[in-house]
Amino acid sequence: MAERNDCPLSRMKQGDRFRIANIAIPDPVLRRRLLDLGFVPGGEIEVGQKSPLGDPTAYRVRGTTIALRKEESNYIYGERINND
Amino acid sequence: MTRTNYTIALMGNPNTGKSTLFNVLTGLRQHTGNWPGKTVIRAEGEFAHRGATYRIVDLPGTYSLYSNSADEEVARDFLLFERPDLTIVVVDATALERNLNLALQVLEITGRVIVAVNLMDEAKKKGILINSKKLENKLGVPVVPISARNKEGIDKLMNTVDAMVRGRIKTNPLSIQYSPEIEQAISKLMPNIRETVGDAYPARWIALRLLDGDTSLLAALKQPPQRDTKEEGAYACCGSVESI
Ligand SMILES: Nc1nc2c(ncn2[C@@H]2O[C@H](COP(=O)(O)OP(=O)(O)O)[C@@H](O)[C@H]2O)c(=O)[nH]1
Ligand SMILES: [Mg+2]
Repeated sequence: MAERNDCPLSRMKQGDRFRIANIAIPDPVLRRRLLDLGFVPGGEIEVGQKSPLGDPTAYRVRGTTIALRKEESNYIYGERINND
Repeated sequence: MTRTNYTIALMGNPNTGKSTLFNVLTGLRQHTGNWPGKTVIRAEGEFAHRGATYRIVDLPGTYSLYSNSADEEVARDFLLFERPDLTIVVVDATALERNLNLALQVLEITGRVIVAVNLMDEAKKKGILINSKKLENKLGVPVVPISARNKEGIDKLMNTVDAMVRGRIKTNPLSIQYSPEIEQAISKLMPNIRETVGDAYPARWIALRLLDGDTSLLAALKQPPQRDTKEEGAYACCGSVESI
């Protein structure tokens, strides 16, 4: 369930930390792929660099860096957990 | 008749040291080619240990068996259709949580598994402690800490392989329980699956794949790739993990 203040991962900035609430990807194969890569509800992500053209963006998830395109990160909902 | 020829599959996430372990085990006795009809490299080698000869296949590194990339299909089909006597799942000691995803998927297909926790030297440097006994109890299959690059733990791994193929270790692979709805659906499907594909395939796992709408698996089952013909070994796969 997406909470009121959940927003898509694609809106995060470099250095942000993010906790996944929900993966709302309609395509089941792509959804499965993201789960297998470690993008699971409850999981924490650190936002890394954007590629020079702005897409994809690198994410640090469970000890590995994985690049996602906007069409994927747009569907990953959660909240920013920066302690600022 | 006791068998002296066994096949081992090496599986694991990318970069967990599978090829390093493969090289340590086989030395120069290896050959590479392509998987039939795929641009995925197939590396195969041989080694002998305590009077047995092992053929070992270095499967492509994957995070999963379900996302239907060519690599994942190769790995999955090898487990399903070539039915190795033993699968060594190599996991990265510094990223266990991530790596256990694949290990659990493999355990749903076969209980003939050894989990080799590699990069123990890296883990030590990072202050990560691995309780392999506890992991072994949870997974229900032998867990052997190794450091492939430093050739540490290889003897223990080999002795565990030996004990497994000779039936001296019985495994009790962790079976993940799903929600009541899914479990009910599995129970409904299982008799049909057994009737259709026989005992050669893991029925529970196939039920899960069907519920997941895995069409690639259906295609593979309808037209299994050519299997190596070999005698089936009697294999103990129940009870609990016993110490060696
Ligand atoms: N520190 C350390 N590095 C290792 C160990 N085993 C493999 N490596 C390194 O990890 C990297 C990936 O290894 P490789 O065998 O190619 O992994 P594969 O992708 O699973 O086949 C290489 O740089 C290896 O030298 C180990 O036990 N300790
Ligand atoms: Mg390799």
